[in-house]
Amino acid sequence: MNHLGYLGAAYAIIFILIAFYVIVIGRRQARLEREVRRLESALRNKEPAPTAEGDAEGVSGRI
Amino acid sequence: MKSPMSIGLAAASCLSMLAALFMVFAYVPTEAEQGIVQRIFYFHLPCAWVAFLSFGIVAVAGALYLWLGHKIWDDLSYAAAELGMLFCTLVLVTGSIWAKPIWGVWWTWDSRLTTTFILWLLYGAYLLLRAFADDTDEVARFAAVLGIAGVLDIPIIIVSVRLWRTIHPAVLLTRQGEHGLEDPRMVATLLVSLAAFTVLFVWLLWLRLGTLRLRARLAKLRKDLALLEIAGAHR
Repeated sequence: MNHLGYLGAAYAIIFILIAFYVIVIGRRQARLEREVRRLESALRNKEPAPTAEGDAEGVSGRI
Repeated sequence: MKSPMSIGLAAASCLSMLAALFMVFAYVPTEAEQGIVQRIFYFHLPCAWVAFLSFGIVAVAGALYLWLGHKIWDDLSYAAAELGMLFCTLVLVTGSIWAKPIWGVWWTWDSRLTTTFILWLLYGAYLLLRAFADDTDEVARFAAVLGIAGVLDIPIIIVSVRLWRTIHPAVLLTRQGEHGLEDPRMVATLLVSLAAFTVLFVWLLWLRLGTLRLRARLAKLRKDLALLEIAGAHR
């Protein structure tokens, strides 16, 4: 009984699907990291200089 | 993706997977009845194990979210559901490929196959809910209930081969209470594959939780920026 094709197909599908998932997650993570960096820089540019009391709460905590 | 933890888990996952592949293709003896195609089993069963583990985590984290209300449990539940779906799909696909040469059909409405397909549909509904509904506490609570209800199918899948007439083999525990692996090398290969898939699952869960943490950080930054703009407009 030689069913090498079925065996190869099963293992190929496992690795292709897992690799596809890792690539999708990696790309999503890179996109989110870029967006976080962009917003952090936008926040730094807009934020007023820190006061003497310090600025530990973040903007949403202050307003 | 580039944290030391993530790199360590990726390396451990690759090494354990290579060890499992070596054992499947160079160490384990060929099964007498089914021949070479039986080697699908060494990755088919670990996929099922990881799918069950994922859905178990969905249910436990969902229950903790309902009880404590912390977002981290909801994130864990969501991440585990996605992975469970991936591995449940692999179980159904590899099972189907294995069934064709052995049973002569790609699919049959056998009790184990049908109950596994129901599990896939249940968590498919869970993921559709998370993807298309708003990211609110109400949706998270509803998803938690669905996640807990879905996991009740797993014990049915496990006992299905003993409760109903079926063509699916009961490999791990036969009706006579023994396991169906005749050679100790088969047991060793299965255990290494189970370990490899468990490490892979932990790595993928870590990655997915990382994207959910980033998404939460992004939402907070957007809120901060919007508040700053409002404050600037009133100045």
